Amino acid sequence: MTLAVPAPARPGTAALPTAGLRATARITARADGVGGATRLPVLDGDGPLALRRVRGYGHQARVCVVGAMSAPLGGDRLAIEAVAEEGAALHITAAAATVALPGRNAGHATYDVRLTVADGARLEWLPEPLISAAGSDLRMTTTVELAPTARLVLREEQVLGRTGEPTGALRSRLTVRRAGRTLLDQETAYGPGAPGWDTAAVLDGHRATGQLLVVEPERYAEPVGVRLLGEAADGAGQGVLAPLAGPAALVTAVAPDALRLRHLLDEAARSHLQIGL
Amino acid sequence: MSRAALLVLADGRFPAGGHAHSGGAEPAVAAGHIKDAVTLERFCRGRLHTAGLVAAGLAAAAAAGHDPLLLDDAADARTPVPALRTTARKLGRQMMRAARATWPGPDLDALAAARPRGAHQPVVLGVAARSAGLEPLDAAYAVAYENISGPATAAVRLLSLDPFDATAVLARLAADLDRVAQQGADAAARVALEGTDALPAASAPLLDITAEAHAAWPVRLFAS
Repeated sequence: MTLAVPAPARPGTAALPTAGLRATARITARADGVGGATRLPVLDGDGPLALRRVRGYGHQARVCVVGAMSAPLGGDRLAIEAVAEEGAALHITAAAATVALPGRNAGHATYDVRLTVADGARLEWLPEPLISAAGSDLRMTTTVELAPTARLVLREEQVLGRTGEPTGALRSRLTVRRAGRTLLDQETAYGPGAPGWDTAAVLDGHRATGQLLVVEPERYAEPVGVRLLGEAADGAGQGVLAPLAGPAALVTAVAPDALRLRHLLDEAARSHLQIGL
Repeated sequence: MSRAALLVLADGRFPAGGHAHSGGAEPAVAAGHIKDAVTLERFCRGRLHTAGLVAAGLAAAAAAGHDPLLLDDAADARTPVPALRTTARKLGRQMMRAARATWPGPDLDALAAARPRGAHQPVVLGVAARSAGLEPLDAAYAVAYENISGPATAAVRLLSLDPFDATAVLARLAADLDRVAQQGADAAARVALEGTDALPAASAPLLDITAEAHAAWPVRLFAS
């Protein structure tokens, strides 16, 4: 993926690095009969992506991604694939933030998340923030395939640099397809090599940015009302909740830091979307 | 092809209604983010490499003859707030009226019939460029230039900025403009093989957020 050609990396097409780690974690959630509890017939961690099943809630299965070592480093090729089969309810979180770090060998790292949600299934993808450390170079893709009656809650948070340091290079593309059409397609490019990112049109000094996407075909058959979040003037960040051109609501927010970003997203979820995260 | 048609299409006096829109400059001026030529240039550079790049890709793909309805869907997926989708369609409708009078053709007629309330403006501009005999790269240039000339012109009115300074800002962005137009055209050239996923999808969070804030202002000088 380059700035000129922000095509999403596809499985198996990434060039093999001369060094660096290659790991793909896989999760499959399956409903035990109609309305039954969700099982996890596939729960395969790999390399730095260890998976833990945690106590579920109702029929839902919960998985926590545990970073078993420091990753992604330059040159690494990491991926997570999660499938919620028909009628399943799957909730995925992470134990800690993911920190993109420079590697011993030059070259960028990739991190590809592929989520598939079948009819009647619900997937909540709620990882912790991705932090782009100084000197790192990460290209991330998140690709979601939704069946017509699939439901999704997806949070994505990017933090540009650890405290007091400049950001690394971070490119990320989020593509959500629903019933064969693209519902949302967004690429962000921040840090060295991305022209214009730190301007009043894009981030304007904010070092944390994130989105919360909720796809609910029945609930958002009528578009959600637009809400503005936060106050530009108080320095605590700002955002907007808006309907997509499809049955979905998207919160977009920018903030000075990860804490205030999470506050904006949580506030939108609780007060305006009536969902708990 | 006639290269002169590009001058007609890209002329600020082409009657497509762009003068009523600030491209996000009005809220940026109000917030104090644009206050002089230097800050205007920064704003325009950020806008050009995000919204401008997306528009350049869409316009080039439409000028290459790809299905404008698929491109219109791709534009929706790349425009996550309704204020900007509405603006893009309003500008598309006005561009359509001007283009059908200027370069009448079956492609424009078909798109106007399929999207009576307006398709996204870069898509309409691309189809108009094709109707005028222009190349995809020409369409990418026209739309990318308009993407920054709009805010620059608005800043002259909003800030009483010296028009010479505003024009110098546009001139200083010429190399960026070359790059963005070429990127848009290169991406459009891959649509035949890869579909609309090949098109740029660069997002600008603050343009999205402030567009909705601006749309809620009770009184404003520009429509967007």
